[in-house]
Amino acid sequence: MNITLKVWRQKGPNQVGAMETHKMTEVSGDMSFLEMMDVLNGNLIREGKEPFAFDHDCREGICGSCSMFINGEAHGPGRNVTTCQLHMRSFKDGETIHVEPWRSAAFPVIKDLSVDRSSFDRIIQAGGYVSVNTSGETIDANAIPIPKHDADQAFDAATCIGCGACVATCKNSSAMLFVSAKVSQLSLLPQGKPESKQRVIRMVDQMDLEGFGNCTNTGACEVECPKGISITNIARMNRAFLSSNLTSK
Amino acid sequence: MLDSRIPEGPLAEKWNTHKDNIRLVNPANKRDIDIIVVGTGLAGSSAAASLAELGYNVKSLCFQDSPRRAHSIAAQGGINASKNYQNDGDSVYRLFYDTVKGGDYRSREANVHRLAEVSSNIIDQCVAQGVPFAREYGGLLDNRSFGGVQVSRTFYAKGQTGQQLLLGAYSALSRQISKGKVEMLNRHEMMEVVKVDGKARGIIARNLVTGEIERHSAHAVVLCTGGYGNAFYLSTNAMGSNVSAAWKAHKQGSFFANPCFTQIHPTCIPVSGHYQSKLTLMSESLRNDGRIWVPKSKDDVEAILNGSKLPTDLKEEERDYYLERRYPAFGNLVPRDVASRAAKERCDAGFGVNKTGHAVYLDFASAFVRYGKTEALTRGIQNPSDETIVELGREVIKSKYGNLFDMYKQITDDNPYETPMMIYPAVHYTMGGLWVDYNLMTTVPGLFAAGEANFSDHGANRLGASALMQGLADGYFVLPYTIGDYLADDIRTGKISTETQEFDAAEKKVKDEIQALISNNGDTPVDDFHRRLGLIMWEKCGMARNEKDLKQAIAEIQELRKEFHSNVLVPGSENAFNPELEKATRLADFLELGEAMCLDALTRAESCGGHFREESQTPDGEALRDDENYTFVSAWEYTGTPSEAKLHKEDLIYDNIELKQRSYK
Repeated sequence: MNITLKVWRQKGPNQVGAMETHKMTEVSGDMSFLEMMDVLNGNLIREGKEPFAFDHDCREGICGSCSMFINGEAHGPGRNVTTCQLHMRSFKDGETIHVEPWRSAAFPVIKDLSVDRSSFDRIIQAGGYVSVNTSGETIDANAIPIPKHDADQAFDAATCIGCGACVATCKNSSAMLFVSAKVSQLSLLPQGKPESKQRVIRMVDQMDLEGFGNCTNTGACEVECPKGISITNIARMNRAFLSSNLTSK
Repeated sequence: MLDSRIPEGPLAEKWNTHKDNIRLVNPANKRDIDIIVVGTGLAGSSAAASLAELGYNVKSLCFQDSPRRAHSIAAQGGINASKNYQNDGDSVYRLFYDTVKGGDYRSREANVHRLAEVSSNIIDQCVAQGVPFAREYGGLLDNRSFGGVQVSRTFYAKGQTGQQLLLGAYSALSRQISKGKVEMLNRHEMMEVVKVDGKARGIIARNLVTGEIERHSAHAVVLCTGGYGNAFYLSTNAMGSNVSAAWKAHKQGSFFANPCFTQIHPTCIPVSGHYQSKLTLMSESLRNDGRIWVPKSKDDVEAILNGSKLPTDLKEEERDYYLERRYPAFGNLVPRDVASRAAKERCDAGFGVNKTGHAVYLDFASAFVRYGKTEALTRGIQNPSDETIVELGREVIKSKYGNLFDMYKQITDDNPYETPMMIYPAVHYTMGGLWVDYNLMTTVPGLFAAGEANFSDHGANRLGASALMQGLADGYFVLPYTIGDYLADDIRTGKISTETQEFDAAEKKVKDEIQALISNNGDTPVDDFHRRLGLIMWEKCGMARNEKDLKQAIAEIQELRKEFHSNVLVPGSENAFNPELEKATRLADFLELGEAMCLDALTRAESCGGHFREESQTPDGEALRDDENYTFVSAWEYTGTPSEAKLHKEDLIYDNIELKQRSYK
């Protein structure tokens, strides 16, 4: 099939960017979106032009590197998939496709489609862990039975890949889905409970410090999340945040 | 010259004895000692976190935009541990035995036993960190079985075990970053090891965002930089996975061990077109419930290819469940190397079930029925219809492997709940790597290697769910002890200066190499060369190897390397974010490594594990080991040209296991 691409070109963080148009022919429906971008980049290099920079690594939907805003949607039109798992069969012959980077003040553009998401790392560093040393001298793994339901819910929250689609999608650039997924995972498990009060406060504080916006419950993040993380987690975090603020010393 | 420093004493006591006897660094002195850890996968994150907890000053680098994205994250199936929670006869010894046997008797007994010993601790540790492993209704941890073993010792988190374990290690790392004990450098790539007086004393790194070349000094350097499967271009590795750090270490004097030991994983989604950039694994855990087959008759193959028959039309007796036929004792759960070769054998014989002829079926139909019947009984459904049984069975399979089925459907546009999956072997893991002694130190003092980057635990073939085990074992429980033995000499050394002629020279070398690539003015993009290298490797140094092809491959790779350096086109600037330049520097190293892999494969004229030499097979086509002549580790010393490397042999001594021809029949 033939497609027309309009791709964001931006030399650096403080430069002005613009959309650039490229025609693509002989695109196969079995190509992933990133493989199509590889072909485009190969063509550009052969023509002596600069290829588009974009983040990608595992190309199987789990590392969370890829981050393209395609036709106005984070990771494009597919549901529960990342850009690397989006295939060209999702588009029509002759279609014009707009490709942009994640846009958020907390995710500054590095170049073209590549953005800096280290703000997510700093939120985890603020408290997204259990304070246990790695000596291995803990109790036996089966010493504390965990109800399957809780374990499954914790797992569902833990499947977040930290890609940032929730932020890119949100009109407020809120990171509530990301933060609440980690808060939920750890607060649902007995191992995470002792620190749950401080954790939620610290992580939310850091989130605000990084410049992410507020949550107005539009639910767009849940729709665009490639891992189907539920906004129930946001509700859980809001409860935890409120009660922690009222009760923590 | 090669001293593996394996402790004396009975096998089961070696590790404890060693820990009791090696030197320690006291807490106050640790504060004056710097360690660089390159890579943030399971081994790197766990090592960096653990070393920082002990009190060392750690600098950690990853080329990804966050340490959480290292490729350990993509591991699906699970992690082994000899907990024996299932009471099915598992033990430390049995895990040790299975791993040595699975590795086709080419791994080091003492290292593997240590791995089996600490395996249980890993599970305890991960649970304490909040890793959400799968659980049974009673609240206890669930297990499943994996290839090459007869017990259920694999702990898992659906098909995302690697992700959950890595996020556990990442959280431990993040905690140390927040305390200032780890300085984290995202988007940084190691370009060179710097040696001072023969010891590793730092690295040259490139800031991938600005292009700046940086100097970092330390008292020891730890490489946790993963495997080199991307030498084949198409593999299940991430696009960025590379050999450069390990290869630079090799060129600085670290011996490279068994580079030809490559694992070809039997269950991957087949290649679909020339634009293909990587291959996707379907977890080995699927072989617990999926049955692998091709049609018995070529007429049926033909009918399936021209669309006149569907695979589901074939009756049981028209199908060749070739693994169950050839290996009745292990059936679909034979080790990976055996399963891969069996698939290749059927496809080479003309029974491949897709257009390329390189695909076999992985079928869940009988698992739907088996689980459906149990589920119907559990739910008290009387006389369920066949449809109800299959429907209930599908639900059970979905809860076990849902994400894998979704991924398959997304990539192939086929629904695996309705029709069998198509799979074919693909490059997955590399057992070879930097040679290390029992302390995980390479032949360069102060330079350590952990996880997939070293060679020590998996011999010639790795068992499923053992990579995660080894990465975390090395990082959490081995290296933090053994590195102290080396650093005990450094308590009075003081800060290592980066303003020395050694750093000057290393930095100049890196800058010159980059300059040569960027100002080359060729006309061919990096990927074109990488694809060509991959094809040579896959065809001549892949699932089956022979002397003639390997010799030819060495010549072809040398030619390709010349062409690369004269004709590659790297756009953009070296002083900016430039992914094409990153690819070029990595490929330059793969083009040397490929030659080393072929040389190693040529030298080892036996078949063992993933290394199958056509000249060395039994009459029924099984791999034939030659213990008399090849019970050793090939450790290669770099001499200037990869194919002229000098071979050093570490003899493998088996005091506790009797060497047998592996049989899974």
